[in-house]
Amino acid sequence: MTPDLVAGLESPDYASHDRAAHEPYVAVFTGDVKRELDELLTRYPTKMAALLPALWIVQRERGWVSEEGMAEVAGLLDLTPAYVKGVVTFYTMYHQHPVGKYFIQVCTTSPCGICGAEDVVKAFLRHTNTGELGLTSPDGRYTVIEVECLGACGFATPVMVNEEFIESVTPDKVPELLARLA
Amino acid sequence: MAEKKMVNLTIEGRPVSVAEGTTILEAAKTAGILIPHYCYHPGLPIAGVCRMCLVEVEKAPKLAPSCATTVAEGQVVRVHSDKSLEARKGVLEMLLINHPLDCPICDQSGECELQDYTYQEGREDSRYREPKRFNPAEDFGGDVIYVPNRCILCTRCVRFMDDVAHEPTLNVSERGDRALIGKFEGKDLTHPWAANVVDLCPVGALLSKDFLNKARAWELDRTASICPNCTQGCNVIMETRENQLVRMRPRPNENVNAFFMCDWGRLNYRWMNEKNRVEHPMVRAKNGLAASSWEAAISAAARALNGKKAFVAASPMLSNESLFLLTELMQGGSGVFRVTEGDEAPLPGVDDLALRRERAANVYGAEKLGFKKTKDLLGGLGQGDVLVVAGEDLAGIDATAVARAGDVIVIGSVLPEAAGKASVVLPIANYSEEEGTVTNLRGRVQRFTQAKQAPGETRPSWLVLGDLLGAMGKQTNFFLPSEVFAKLASSNTSFSGLSYDSLGFKGLPLLDAPPTGPKASIAVAAR
Amino acid sequence: MGFPHHPHPRETTVLTKHFGEADARTLAGWKKRGGYKALEKALGMQPADIVNVVKESGLRGRGGAGFPTGMKWSFMKPGDGKPHYLCCNADESEPGTFKDRELMRWTPHALVEGCAIGAYAIGAETAYVYIRGEFTEPLHWMESAVKEAYAAGILGKNAMGSGKRIDVHVHKGAGAYICGEETALMESLEGRRGNPRIKPPFPAVSGVFGMPTTINNVETLIAAAPILLNGADWYKKMSLSSPKSTGTKLYSVCGNVQRPGTYEVVMGFPFKEFLYDLCGGPLHGRKFKAVIPGGASVPIQNMEEAEATLMDYEGFVAGGSMLGSGGVIVIDDAQPMVTVIARLARFFAHESCGQCTQCREGTAWTTKILERIRDGEGTVEDLDTLLDIGEQMTGKTICVLSDSCAVPVISGIKKFRGEFEALIQGKRFHPVTAAVA
Repeated sequence: MTPDLVAGLESPDYASHDRAAHEPYVAVFTGDVKRELDELLTRYPTKMAALLPALWIVQRERGWVSEEGMAEVAGLLDLTPAYVKGVVTFYTMYHQHPVGKYFIQVCTTSPCGICGAEDVVKAFLRHTNTGELGLTSPDGRYTVIEVECLGACGFATPVMVNEEFIESVTPDKVPELLARLA
Repeated sequence: MAEKKMVNLTIEGRPVSVAEGTTILEAAKTAGILIPHYCYHPGLPIAGVCRMCLVEVEKAPKLAPSCATTVAEGQVVRVHSDKSLEARKGVLEMLLINHPLDCPICDQSGECELQDYTYQEGREDSRYREPKRFNPAEDFGGDVIYVPNRCILCTRCVRFMDDVAHEPTLNVSERGDRALIGKFEGKDLTHPWAANVVDLCPVGALLSKDFLNKARAWELDRTASICPNCTQGCNVIMETRENQLVRMRPRPNENVNAFFMCDWGRLNYRWMNEKNRVEHPMVRAKNGLAASSWEAAISAAARALNGKKAFVAASPMLSNESLFLLTELMQGGSGVFRVTEGDEAPLPGVDDLALRRERAANVYGAEKLGFKKTKDLLGGLGQGDVLVVAGEDLAGIDATAVARAGDVIVIGSVLPEAAGKASVVLPIANYSEEEGTVTNLRGRVQRFTQAKQAPGETRPSWLVLGDLLGAMGKQTNFFLPSEVFAKLASSNTSFSGLSYDSLGFKGLPLLDAPPTGPKASIAVAAR
Repeated sequence: MGFPHHPHPRETTVLTKHFGEADARTLAGWKKRGGYKALEKALGMQPADIVNVVKESGLRGRGGAGFPTGMKWSFMKPGDGKPHYLCCNADESEPGTFKDRELMRWTPHALVEGCAIGAYAIGAETAYVYIRGEFTEPLHWMESAVKEAYAAGILGKNAMGSGKRIDVHVHKGAGAYICGEETALMESLEGRRGNPRIKPPFPAVSGVFGMPTTINNVETLIAAAPILLNGADWYKKMSLSSPKSTGTKLYSVCGNVQRPGTYEVVMGFPFKEFLYDLCGGPLHGRKFKAVIPGGASVPIQNMEEAEATLMDYEGFVAGGSMLGSGGVIVIDDAQPMVTVIARLARFFAHESCGQCTQCREGTAWTTKILERIRDGEGTVEDLDTLLDIGEQMTGKTICVLSDSCAVPVISGIKKFRGEFEALIQGKRFHPVTAAVA
């Protein structure tokens, strides 16, 4: 996409993307983080096997996995950036653009679907002021997405807020849950 | 090499015997049965993803992907059974549901495997009633454009870049029905062999910028030839439209180029469409060079040469046949050639395959026939010698160097500026306009054939040289280039035993050529 | 009554015994409960003897396919000079299934122990536990258990002083259901896209990193410890039905039921009693309509089928479905089946790796048709098309994700056709916009 097209959009999501894209890239793997990767490499017979863990580290450190991040990982693991990007885009948990401070994933697959997960999604969209799935709220705090089966179907509806896993969320519990985040 | 165990099976009722480890798909080929397929390519590792090549194997519970299933003793394979046909019909329908069906504006139309197999065994209609997927076309860099809407995700291009070019520039991005071929921003398909992905693409998803909108596939005339652009001698198909060369593509040869050719060779065909041609024989008259009849020109050249030492400056693009005939008219003189050089660019996944440093087809042949490679083309020209300029454009050569010659005879497709004082000009066909053989850097002699018509009164170089030798009183009576080659084979031990018939269209090594291994099965076994 | 409730008296809690006991998550707590005794015993045995005990016990894979575990282990040839690997499939992603999550949350050391036993039995020095990325809590406990086990010398170059090297590494997935397919898991572990591989070669010949590999489900590996301690006969006796199905099985129960949760019962338990007694029956004022008994990939049962089923590998097949992963999705009469099935199809379309044509295109196409029917824009022809696409998606691709998408669609249309037709007839004159080619 051409830069002027991006700049023309009002969404805070794109704006932060744009900002991030113009800041000089600072390497993730230095000091302790590099040592962490070095330790990870001892666990596998190939460098490539450390790719998913390395990408997790990038996301932990930066909140998302930028193209520069992919290129940095590629360089460290003797891969090409194109290869890394192919892997990143396969997995749904790597953010390819910045997301809200609280990234909220609501499971809506059938087992939760029949227990009212759609209403939980609606409650989150309403109370976070994000309006639409995948968009970030104007204050940059929330991004809400539907997610496929979180594997806690007996605790419908499970919700993930960043790394935290919350069970048995119902629409009326949503405001309280958001208040706790604040 | 150890004898491989043979396996006997039946494919579509035909008995087949192939080496152990052969896939059903390859075994079927030996019985003359082409099992429809997309992702399989003999020069790439097996992916087994298009599911087009499903066949019924007796006693197996499920249909087998014939590209990934090896033969077994006593196997009974049905390629065209109802079950197999039904499965392939299903695959074709699925491949088409999101395909734009924009064949009327697609470069691949007419040589599209999706089109071909759909006509052959697909449904007549589609049951798809939903909106089609859309992704914009993307410039992949190099000579390649990607049109994702036409892509069937066979991944041949990705595997070529990964496993043959050893430069993973392409990937499959996203997953499920959102998947498409991707690359990294700023990392283009600039590998010197990258354009092969366009040939490998079975549909119109990867297109050549150079060929874009130039011709419909059915308007092209195709000719088996050899790429003249370096000493590797990749086997190619020259494609012409309205007597203009518009595309060169590789022709498989397991001993030379496997299935591939480099971008430089592929895109460097325009010189064969050169426009500044000499179209008529010319003889020097009072007011300079004037058009003449062939007879007059040949006699004039013969007179000029008779009893003189000839110094021949030849092009290494000339065929073995023409170079051989040139040696016959030297009469104690000598022959030289020069060759343009560039960087070598290997294709790492194929043994001994590279864009070579020396950028001409017949450097090895010229040396074999006694021509000396030199950087100072006319350095050896003696005062008063007859200079024969054969196919050489004399680019960068000073007219004063030419002036040492007692006489100048030009046998060429263009008239070099530096040869202005030529007394005779004999116009010849260029490389794409005549037939002959060239010898590659490993001493392999390969035939090329005429891809387009030569303009005006120009004649094939071997014919012109044969006639000239005849006029000089030598015993020549050549009606075909194969006869020139036969004469060469009988007079040069390196070439002995070879003939046009035995060379066929894949060539043979010279008797004294070093042995080379086959390249067809790329060393890309399972990772 | 199944975790998070107290166990029901008719449950047989072998693996779930310590669910809910926070203390059991620590090494000290686990040892107090008899932890690592089985590993100690195993390290004193010959690997082949361990394989034999497991073979004899009749333990079958608890991930879904039900392949005999002992036999799988016996495919690993000792002394081939190659490194062997054990992969623990903790990528539990089958909708309706969450038993492995509970096992790892509450008894992480049980899995560390199971991995160590399995690794030793198959001649592997390294085991990788591949945990789906969304399982942050199980991941935390597993990492903590592995760390404790290393610190205590249970793992490492001299595991429990045996002189054997056993490493266990936790590897975090990143959001891909397909990585629960064994070869896709190996691809993912190697740092690739999670594309299933063509078999053969099978993992025991060429698995992760191209080396002989065994891959087992969490529950399977954990079951190995009590089998070693109590003997094969003890395990074999825990069966009320087919001798081909032995031991206890964990069931994750979810959907429209009084007491969703994780239950452990012996093989052959009557499904009707399980649903109405253990799980407490339907919600107030509702009736059960259908059950998907083994995770989203198995055929839907109507209640007639479900209530006649005995809960084991053979019993569920006789009941028109499969045991699968033991993820029991209960659907009541308030749920429109078309919506349920359309949402399942969307799941599979989202999770298809996209390699094989029928799966890439078929899962998405199926979803689009189903959602159109759901929205009242279906036609009678759509049902035939769905069944035919389903047939094209069955048995023709590298892995079974494509089949899995077709299964609920085909079984759903067969068993609940009336609901589809009602939706179609309600809008029978609604114009359908055809895609223009």
